[in-house]
Parts: sequence; structure tokens; C-alpha cells
Amino acid sequence: MINFFIFIGMILGFLIMVCLYRAITGPTVLDRIISVSVIGTKTIIILLLIGFIYQRVDMFIDISMGYAILNFIGTIVASKFFYSRKSIVPGSKQLADKEVSQ
Amino acid sequence: MSILSIIGIIFIIGGLFFFFTATVGLIRMPDYYCRMQTTGKGDTLGAVLSLIGLSIYNLDGGLSLPNVLLSIKLLFIGFFIFVANPTATHAITKAGFECSIDPWVKRKEVKE
Repeated sequence: MINFFIFIGMILGFLIMVCLYRAITGPTVLDRIISVSVIGTKTIIILLLIGFIYQRVDMFIDISMGYAILNFIGTIVASKFFYSRKSIVPGSKQLADKEVSQ
Repeated sequence: MSILSIIGIIFIIGGLFFFFTATVGLIRMPDYYCRMQTTGKGDTLGAVLSLIGLSIYNLDGGLSLPNVLLSIKLLFIGFFIFVANPTATHAITKAGFECSIDPWVKRKEVKE
């Protein structure tokens, strides 16, 4: 049964490597943020699998719970920032939009 | 290997399948909004199925009180992800819509 868990963890690690491609070469910033969020969701499962392999689930489950909450809060904070900024381009696009609206 | 282990393994493999589809959608979809749609659905379902499978497998060690509490805690993490992950995806998609990211149109030339 431990071999099965190690196998599942290896497949999830490979999927994380594939997600990292989108995190590095994402066209926009928001693509990178959502890619990091996907990686965090896979990391929760990997942490629990490590707990089952080491027979210490009661310790690793708290770590994974904290990881889930931090992942959620990080994505919400980033989306609130970009929602109020109304631009993903760094620099003067926001000022130009303000001048047009006035 | 008892019946609970086999049910847990089936659930974990189902969750792995949905993780795989979410990753393929994240890589292959042509547009920002399409990527949000695949990741928001596939990732949530994969995580919830994997957590249900792990909690069923955990009950295989006996029905003592710490084991049952551990399974309930695993299901609580699954419930939290089931609520929080679509909320985060919806919020960041709305932020992208406010930032006026162009949606993908079939007739146009592919930009990136």
C-alpha cells in the first residue's frame, strides 16, 4: 500500500512540473497566479500522502489545513488588488484610462 | 486488502484523473477564461475525490475514536476546498474581466 501512495505522489509531482510551465511562461500575471493556486491544491494532497507513508497523518493534516487556508487567502488578496487596479500592465495605463474618462 | 482499501483506491485514482484533466486544460486551452474554467472545475473535483478516498482508506485501520476524528478532519478539508476553490477562481476571473483581458475569438489571428 505504501508503494501505491509513492506512485500517486510521483504522478502528482510530474503534474506539478507540467503546471510550472504555465507559471513561468504565462502570458499575463493572472495566469501565473492561478497556476500557483493549482500547484498549491496538488501540494495539499502530496502532504497528506507523505503523512500516510510515514504513519503520522495526525501531524501532517494540520500542515495541509494551514496550506489550504493560505492558498485561498493568497488568491483572494491578489484578485482584490487587480480588481481595484483595473490594469495588469505595469506603468501608466491606469493614469491614461483616468484621463480618458475625465 | 479489505473492501475499504479498494474503495479508497478507486476514489484516489478518480481524483488523479481529474487532476490530470485540469493540468491538460491549464496547458492547452487558448484563452484566459477557458483556463479559469477548466482549473476551477477539475482541480476542485480532483482534490475532493482524493480527500474522500484518503478518509475511507484511513477507516481501514479500525473504528477507534482517533481514526474517526481523523477521517472527519479530512472530510472537513475537502469541504473547505469545495467552498473556497471556486470562490477564488470566480474572484480572479472577475478581476481579469475588470482588467479588460481580450477573450479568444475564432476569426482573429492568434496573438501570442
